[in-house]
Amino acid sequence: MLNYVLRRGFMALLVALTVSFGTFALFHFATDPAQTIAGEDAPQEMVDEIREQYGFDRPVLVQYGDWLGGVLQGDFGKSYFWKQQVVELIQEHAKVTILLALSALMVTVAIALPLGISAALKPNSWVDRLALSTAVSAQAIPNFWLGLMFIILFAVTFPIFPVSGDATWKHYVLPSLVLGASSVPAVMRLTRTGLLDVLSSDYIRTARAKGFMGYRLILQQAMRNALLPIVSVLAVQLGHKLGGSVVTESVFSMNGLGRLAVESIFNSDIPTVQSLILIFVLTFVLLTLAADLINAWLDPRIRMG
Amino acid sequence: MMTTRQALGDASIASVDTPSELEEGGLGLSPTMAALKRARKHHGLKIGFGILLVMAVFALFAPWLAPHDPYLQNLSLRMLPPVWTEGGNWEYLLGTDHLGRDYLSRLIHGARISMTIGLGAASIGAVIGVTLGLIAGYFGGWIDQAVNFLVTCQLAVPSLLLIMALVFVIGQSVTVVIFVIGATHWVFYLVVTRSATLRLRELDFVAAANAMGCSKFQIAVREVLPNLVNQIMVIFTLEVAVAILNEATLSFLGLGIPSPLPSWGLMIAEGKTAMFFQPWLVILPGIALFILVIAINLLGDGVRDVTVTNRRN
Repeated sequence: MLNYVLRRGFMALLVALTVSFGTFALFHFATDPAQTIAGEDAPQEMVDEIREQYGFDRPVLVQYGDWLGGVLQGDFGKSYFWKQQVVELIQEHAKVTILLALSALMVTVAIALPLGISAALKPNSWVDRLALSTAVSAQAIPNFWLGLMFIILFAVTFPIFPVSGDATWKHYVLPSLVLGASSVPAVMRLTRTGLLDVLSSDYIRTARAKGFMGYRLILQQAMRNALLPIVSVLAVQLGHKLGGSVVTESVFSMNGLGRLAVESIFNSDIPTVQSLILIFVLTFVLLTLAADLINAWLDPRIRMG
Repeated sequence: MMTTRQALGDASIASVDTPSELEEGGLGLSPTMAALKRARKHHGLKIGFGILLVMAVFALFAPWLAPHDPYLQNLSLRMLPPVWTEGGNWEYLLGTDHLGRDYLSRLIHGARISMTIGLGAASIGAVIGVTLGLIAGYFGGWIDQAVNFLVTCQLAVPSLLLIMALVFVIGQSVTVVIFVIGATHWVFYLVVTRSATLRLRELDFVAAANAMGCSKFQIAVREVLPNLVNQIMVIFTLEVAVAILNEATLSFLGLGIPSPLPSWGLMIAEGKTAMFFQPWLVILPGIALFILVIAINLLGDGVRDVTVTNRRN
């Protein structure tokens, strides 16, 4: 088991480093940070001076090593645009994104699991058809558009929930619904097929023969195995939500990391963008690692590998 | 060994519904004929195909079918409502936007943009993914591991942010959007091509080709690839839909198709400021997107149901 954990952990670290170096190099070659800091119309001497002062003329690997060394000590650099430490910016914005991602995940689970389980229990029944058509439609609705529809509906017709901002828990209701809905199709389908697979296996037939029935059969016997892929896909979805609430945060004007990332891109604020990408990638990698470890714990076949 | 990545692939591509057996018409018919026969009975596939056909005709013949010039501004006719609401005008069936441009004509021309980007991006993704998948599956060893690592990296990146950053750095245009979306959406092609190649290369006909002295490249392209066409087609369809939604999102956020092109996502962004008073400006392009994407997905799911029979391994 320890061997497995170490191997997977090393891979995760390698992936995070590769991706973060990739984005670093991309910005290094595609933009001119000295020009960004100096401003569009700055004279060439000033740009050159800044380039030398900040060390932008050094090889990209050296600059990356420098930056990474800072990151390891908790120093992500200073934002060009907000003229503030990136660490502070991230601390200010992280709460909104984490709250939003977690509540969206709860929405996903609350809709997708019951729907997937009932669909698997009665394949080809009306419940199954309903679940599948929900999945097909939900997949085709543009997420940002769903958000706008909610805003139109709730701002005008039913003014129950606020439609912009992040001040109270009420502000999170509509965004979580929108963000949560986006993962319902994938999780629902996986629950359904996973459970169908398990239900047709021999050990379930044995359990049936021993008198297990209905929800007891599902929850006590079948779900444990059907959970394996669901754990994985939920981890992936949570990772996407933490790094990908870009759209939802923009639509509902919430001051989270996603919106911060978009604004940093628009303002060529490279230190902020590459710090955020590193954080998103690390989060994603750690979450999938956790999911793999949970799976290894649930299923001995994996950890013996 | 089950990893998270396989689960992810499983969720999105092999979202298997009910396994369609070769129960009828399997004997005595070529696989293509049998698939066509099954297709005729598949309602989802027929509906999806029908809708797509209509939209494709509109997209292809947009300049002739659109009642007005989609770029022609008429400031005295700004924000006309659709014909079924009060103040509607038969001349402008779906009303006009904030610059007085005919909304129906813009929607029809928008179908062109969406379809171009969907097909373009999905093709680029297919070329990258299938090539890498063939290489990884056929050669195995350290090449396979390297490709695998690439996939893990690609999946770990927040793809929307990466796309936005790339478009911002390179510049906004239809071509750039196509290439950037395509270059970030190849993983599913790769996963499927790789595992199918792994399975196929053990079969006799590959051994026969090998014995006949075919090069590895010839075997990969001439023997293995034709056997993957069905699966690749299914992924292609679903990726077209993903690309279309991606483009709409990008354009909505202001980093996709540049104005004044009538991209549906951009139209929604432009209508957003007036959405409480003129909600149709936002609602109509969204419905257009929804119909197009659902039709493509129905077609893709249908093609999978009728062609890919042994998709559980």
